[in-house]
Amino acid sequence: MRVLRVGSRAGLLLGLILLTSLTACDGPADDAGQTVRAPAEASAEAAAPGDAEADAEPDPVADPEAATNPEAEPDPVADPEAAFGDPNFRAEPGHLVVYSGRSQDLVGPIIEQFESDTGIEVDLRWGDTAELAATLLEEGDASPADVFLAQDPGGLGAVESLLAPLPSALLERVDARFRDADGRWIGLSGRARVIVYNTDRVQPADLPARLEGFTEPEWKDRVGWAPGNTSFQTMVTAMRVMQGEAAARSWVEGMVANGALPYDNNTAVVAAVGAGEVDAGLVNHYYLYRFLAEQGETFPARNHFMPGGGPGSLVLVAGAGILKTAARPETAEQLLAYLLSSPAQTYFATQTYEYPLASEAAAVTPAGLPPLAELEAPGMALSDLADLPGSAALLREAGALP
Amino acid sequence: MSSSRVVRLPRSGAALLWLLAALVAAGSLLPLVYLGVRAAGAPSAAWDSLLSARTGITLLRTLGLAAAVTLASLALALPLAWLTVATDLPLRRFWAVTTSLPLVIPSYIGAYLFVAALGPRGLLQQALEPRFGITRLPSIYGFPGALVVLTLFTYPYLLLLLRAALQQRDPALEAAARSLGLEPWAVFRRVTLPQLRPALVAGSLLVALYVLRDFGAVSLLRYDTLTRVIYVQYRSAFDRNSAALLALLLALVAGLVLGLERGAERRRYHRSGGQNSRWATRVRLGRWRWPALAFCAAVTLAGLVMPAAILAGWLLRGLAAGERLPEAGAALAGSFAGAGLAALATLLAALPLALIGARREGPAARWLLRLAWTGHALPGIVVALGLVFFGLRYVRPLYQSLPMLVAAYVILFLPLAVGALRAALQRVPPNLEEAARLLGRRPAGAFGAVTLPLIRPGLAAGLALVFLTAMKELPATLILSPIGFETLSMRVWSAVSEAFFARAALPALLLILLSSVPMALLGLREEAA
Repeated sequence: MRVLRVGSRAGLLLGLILLTSLTACDGPADDAGQTVRAPAEASAEAAAPGDAEADAEPDPVADPEAATNPEAEPDPVADPEAAFGDPNFRAEPGHLVVYSGRSQDLVGPIIEQFESDTGIEVDLRWGDTAELAATLLEEGDASPADVFLAQDPGGLGAVESLLAPLPSALLERVDARFRDADGRWIGLSGRARVIVYNTDRVQPADLPARLEGFTEPEWKDRVGWAPGNTSFQTMVTAMRVMQGEAAARSWVEGMVANGALPYDNNTAVVAAVGAGEVDAGLVNHYYLYRFLAEQGETFPARNHFMPGGGPGSLVLVAGAGILKTAARPETAEQLLAYLLSSPAQTYFATQTYEYPLASEAAAVTPAGLPPLAELEAPGMALSDLADLPGSAALLREAGALP
Repeated sequence: MSSSRVVRLPRSGAALLWLLAALVAAGSLLPLVYLGVRAAGAPSAAWDSLLSARTGITLLRTLGLAAAVTLASLALALPLAWLTVATDLPLRRFWAVTTSLPLVIPSYIGAYLFVAALGPRGLLQQALEPRFGITRLPSIYGFPGALVVLTLFTYPYLLLLLRAALQQRDPALEAAARSLGLEPWAVFRRVTLPQLRPALVAGSLLVALYVLRDFGAVSLLRYDTLTRVIYVQYRSAFDRNSAALLALLLALVAGLVLGLERGAERRRYHRSGGQNSRWATRVRLGRWRWPALAFCAAVTLAGLVMPAAILAGWLLRGLAAGERLPEAGAALAGSFAGAGLAALATLLAALPLALIGARREGPAARWLLRLAWTGHALPGIVVALGLVFFGLRYVRPLYQSLPMLVAAYVILFLPLAVGALRAALQRVPPNLEEAARLLGRRPAGAFGAVTLPLIRPGLAAGLALVFLTAMKELPATLILSPIGFETLSMRVWSAVSEAFFARAALPALLLILLSSVPMALLGLREEAA
């Protein structure tokens, strides 16, 4: 019966591991499982709220609402149960529950900062924006989530029937282009559509002035794109809205006929451009800066911001909405207000290379990028570009998607 | 070799067994029921698209890839299993562990690393360019790349089952065949191979179904399969209903593939008795051991060393550039706890089904077994959403709790454990247990005293299969895990999708290292047995 002995020993081991994990994960609020802040962070990004001198002290620069509210609310920190955690890992009654379609590596630090500035504990579920949107739709009224943070307006649009209207004080902090016309979601940070090109093989002057240029023979088999990516699809939607269905369809068909190489996502496109597998790619701007950070300035790719206000110069957002069924709507609003506050907007500019969108911080520009105001972006509102299913259908029919 | 006979259980015992098996099978049916509910709401356009020629072609491409990957996996797994169990190959245990580990590498990471290494302008090309002036390697995208990557990261399904079957084979038969003058090759073909049939069938199905539901590798390598079409519905069109309709088609196809099992599994071979270890002799490889070693080394190099080396390169490059690495303790503990619980729970749940599958015949047993495969035939996101649907409606207090996550793992990985256990049980002659019963043991006691020790290799293989597969599971873990719960594969995915390569490398390397420990322990156990 050796096997049984092995089994019980394994069981014991597992029990131990489980116990350790229980203590390790009793909430994202604790230090466990989160990014370790090395002292190095303090150096380059002095303005970022990430380097927490603030500790439990409310940040004076932060939104006044965010700074004062913890006293008014029944404080979750005072809840004795919160200190022990729940053996089932369930969301604590007092905690704000956030479904985040944005990566932990991008928004984890600023949410931790929110926790330490306000004393509000946030429980996070990380995932893919579209898959979390499907989960929210499946959960319906029973969803435990208070806030949905999404990569793109498409994900927010998919669940807009579940979202509550946001207070106008919040909405007005962001340009009308970057929020829902009915006020159910709001953009938190901006990302521009760009052409990423290989600096060894292409001069910026050789790049076409319009997206249509990539359907010319000289670009045959030289361009990478990510037709399954929702940012790309929103750009196609913009093309449909601005130039009509027929023009958009003929562009997609032209790209396919010209041998545009499909990649799974923006990261893969930038990697392929850097390697010289393709000479140029259609992506969002901020991926490149991660490559430069890890592989150095010699990484042979740079961004080109298309002029001319066409769909190729669209500025997109990552944004958030509050669920109608949120258990703590005021706390949820506090989080969104915090994410639009100057320190958080500066965090996006310096740490994730995205454009701040809140009016008081919009002047801050990520290092080395043209200011948002100088981008020749189309003037249309993103909520006019909600028809992602229509673009997905077009891409399927044109053979760009399976 | 005895014919198949049925162990008679007292009525109550048999009824309990059937009840348990039916409960487990009903659980794995939940995702299918959910799909039915959703598909009923699919728009007519989705039906048109379902019945279009284009879907038919995608289906054929999908089946073609599944068949090719299965054959290629057989070509790797069968020699590896034989070499590491039945021969005097040097460092047998080492190769057994290193050739099993590629299973833990998620296929999207595997595909990403494969492109980085062997892509048209990958690391290999960069190494060749200065010397030979090669500026571009032939494209690996499409069918060839998908075939290579999926084979490299799924053949261990077959390998683990085949190793277990070989360890459990009846050495007396081989000794008899040898004494009658058969050459080693003929012994293998006529005596050993037929005993491996249940494991071959179960392992091939696992590989084929993995290909059917894989999303990561086929999207990075540009090979359109039905699962990619399903994901487009979720991710681009945000249309759960159309996705469900397509997923039902996938389930149907998987059901047909499972139907092949019946044709392949008519005869059963039991071993003649207990431990005939005195007959066990290892085949002497002689000078063939050099090509054999080269083969093991080549597979290890491609499936394990190359991915690990690129990851290590990412890590060093990032550290040199001043990247900050996240603390990984919680993710490590979460992975180990989640995969460990998944392995234990799935094995327990699989036992009644495996017993029925190994010892009963007839349509009821066959259908129960087939239903148990449902969860494994569907993409993880579908199973996860199905459990969201049922969890919130019927077991709300358990929603997004650890028990619910483990239940999801059981539904997803049940066939891995059923396959391993059933193949092992089929090799145990029922008359042994009957003898124990005649000598006065109660049914459970007879099973524990007689059968359990004999199926130990199968138990170990089942544990290993579920553990390794659960370590890399992503969609269900993301959606159903308790809030705050982290795993290494969540970390890898999150980091690599945002181009945090150094941050992705550390948890990915930990994933491989952590998995090698239980694999090595299981391997040592086998040898000691």
